[in-house]
Amino acid sequence: MSDSQDIAEHLATSAQRDEVLELGMWTFLSTEVLLFGGLILSYFVYRHADPQAFLAAGRETRIVIGTVNTALLLTSSFCVAAALQAAEQGARRATRTLLGIAILLGLGFLGLKGVEYLGEYREHLVPGVNFARTGQDAHGIELFFIFYFIATLLHGVHVVAGIGVLAVFAAMATATTARSRYIAGLRTAALYWHFVDLVWIFLFALIYLPGRSS
Amino acid sequence: MSEIRRPERRLWRPFVDLVLCWIGLLALLGLTVTLSYQPLASFNFPVAMTIATIKAGLVAAIFMELRHRSGIIRAFAAAGFFWLAILLWLGLMDFLTRV
Repeated sequence: MSDSQDIAEHLATSAQRDEVLELGMWTFLSTEVLLFGGLILSYFVYRHADPQAFLAAGRETRIVIGTVNTALLLTSSFCVAAALQAAEQGARRATRTLLGIAILLGLGFLGLKGVEYLGEYREHLVPGVNFARTGQDAHGIELFFIFYFIATLLHGVHVVAGIGVLAVFAAMATATTARSRYIAGLRTAALYWHFVDLVWIFLFALIYLPGRSS
Repeated sequence: MSEIRRPERRLWRPFVDLVLCWIGLLALLGLTVTLSYQPLASFNFPVAMTIATIKAGLVAAIFMELRHRSGIIRAFAAAGFFWLAILLWLGLMDFLTRV
């Protein structure tokens, strides 16, 4: 019964609240799957139309930054999963520390993405701004970089939103008195952060890996 | 005095399965980057996508805790990917079969 103030009046039990929260988040994530899915469909279509240009464009991307960024996001996801476990076991300080590390890793990801964008601007790879490639692959390379900028900027917006959500939970970690409600909320926020990681896993394979062997 | 003074803060440690999942994900990242430099001709792309799918499966099962969830939550989680499969299948059918 100590839980009762944590439950909205239209819900009967905390178990029902937890399930409703998770179902709601997965429903939202389904719309996100289709949002990024539409982008990825366009990638497949244009790659199928001009495979050589997509391999050439893949070689232009910065694989070191891309790989480090993937490792940063995977590690931040691990920290958030561990933070949830810590919260479930009542380790409030560990929860706050782990969420703080996850936020720093997310900021590191955005910083490196900025470095990458700057490099691409200097190499005249930004379509609509200063794209300057010639030759028979130029059009396909431009299409690749249109996908690249739209997909990574959209993903970056999700990283920013995720960092904001994690910051709220980090700030509440030691202060909140509504423990079970906090844990349920953190579980939902963690699902969102893991999803942002999951999208990046596929973007990494589509953007950075093509054309490396040739 | 001495019996009341206990260490107040024990270092909290995550479960070992979370740590193993994290190490596994980093290992798969290393593997996919290494394999992308191998001349596998048309297999480079399917290999990269297969490893990405395995990584996504690890994140979903362990970090997102779907392995501990009931049928209805798994169904909600799978629904988006089911519709994505329809989107990709119908969307690409024309391009992949056109001669």
